[in-house]
Amino acid sequence: MWEGHIPGQHVDIRLTAEDGYQAQRSYSIASAPEDDHLVLTVERLQEGEVSPYLFDVIEPGEELEMRGPIGLYFVWEAVMSEPLLMIAGGSGVVPFRAMLRHRRAVGADVPARLLYSARTIADVIYRDELEVHDGSDETEVVLTLTREQPDGWGGYDRRVDRTILEEVAWDPDRRPRIYVCGPTTFVELVAGTLVDLGHHPTAIRTERFGPTG
Amino acid sequence: MAIISRGFTGRRPDVAPDRLPPGQYITRDFPVLSAGPTPRIDLDTWNFEITGVVDEPRSWTWGEFNSLPMETVTQDIHCVTKWSKLDTTWTGVSLDVLLDGLETDATHLMAHSYGGYTTNLPLADVRGARSWIAIGYDDQPLPPEHGGPARLLVPHLYFWKSAKWVRGIELMVGDRQGFWERNGYHDYGDPWREQRYWGD
Repeated sequence: MWEGHIPGQHVDIRLTAEDGYQAQRSYSIASAPEDDHLVLTVERLQEGEVSPYLFDVIEPGEELEMRGPIGLYFVWEAVMSEPLLMIAGGSGVVPFRAMLRHRRAVGADVPARLLYSARTIADVIYRDELEVHDGSDETEVVLTLTREQPDGWGGYDRRVDRTILEEVAWDPDRRPRIYVCGPTTFVELVAGTLVDLGHHPTAIRTERFGPTG
Repeated sequence: MAIISRGFTGRRPDVAPDRLPPGQYITRDFPVLSAGPTPRIDLDTWNFEITGVVDEPRSWTWGEFNSLPMETVTQDIHCVTKWSKLDTTWTGVSLDVLLDGLETDATHLMAHSYGGYTTNLPLADVRGARSWIAIGYDDQPLPPEHGGPARLLVPHLYFWKSAKWVRGIELMVGDRQGFWERNGYHDYGDPWREQRYWGD
């Protein structure tokens, strides 16, 4: 029985082999609580144990053992009144899709910004949807493409650095509520730089992923 | 009753079953999990203290702490996010040394960290050569992202109990929840009984 979730929470997926061997991994929820279906966005890891199964083996209609929702810290609810700043590296964007969709579904009026670092435009997950969010409902989506940019690219073209954060993060005086999600090195750098810029450490929530699969 | 996943065979770990708790997989990397930024800690003002339900609180500066008897131990560690890392080598001071001769009615403790993180443990779990304040990893100073300059090391429980950037332990009569314990995670966290979340 699914009792709903808060944007930012994750679930555990558990696979069981016929002899009882089990493997489980955590995946962020990509859908808003208001959406019709629960959506997980999974990155296929070549050497992974669980993600290749989800891509290559399981078929629509088959059962999957899931537990959750889990976690009460890296979560955002519309009652939170501070400006919402989300900073994603790679598939770290997934929980922010849930936050953006929830924010829109309930008509929250706190300003929101997503800064999203991807290697190329083809690596941008939910690109069309993010374009719709950008510029509407006090939401801005800022992309940086670190490896390759399409012709005429007007966005950032480098790894997130102090200058980008100064330009995109609000002034610390506005007390934004900050979420950073991505690979460890990305999160370490971004969170550390935000502290350097004067954001209070307790205003910065992080979620890091290492090599899971 | 688990659902059998058609066509799933898995990647069996090449270790004895008594080394890997249920639901865990082995990593050779050392992933980092923290709820917020890595705090900056100045060794000139660092100290470690034992407070709470104790007649005489104890406190050590960085210099004093480093002159305590150190042990180097090799331990398996198990993170609630499912990775385990075997045979990790740590250098630190046993909690038995820090608590030696201390009179207290405490049953539990709260570990407090720079940056505000907390985690709770039964006092018995840090006694009996089962926990350390580690300042070294693999013969090097413990790196900040892994909890340096000093972290609690309680390898028989899920690794969130091994508080990074630890600055002291508060002795308590009775239990109180720490940071992750309030945010959905199990109060005790035994990996062998798979006590990951509330309700386990």
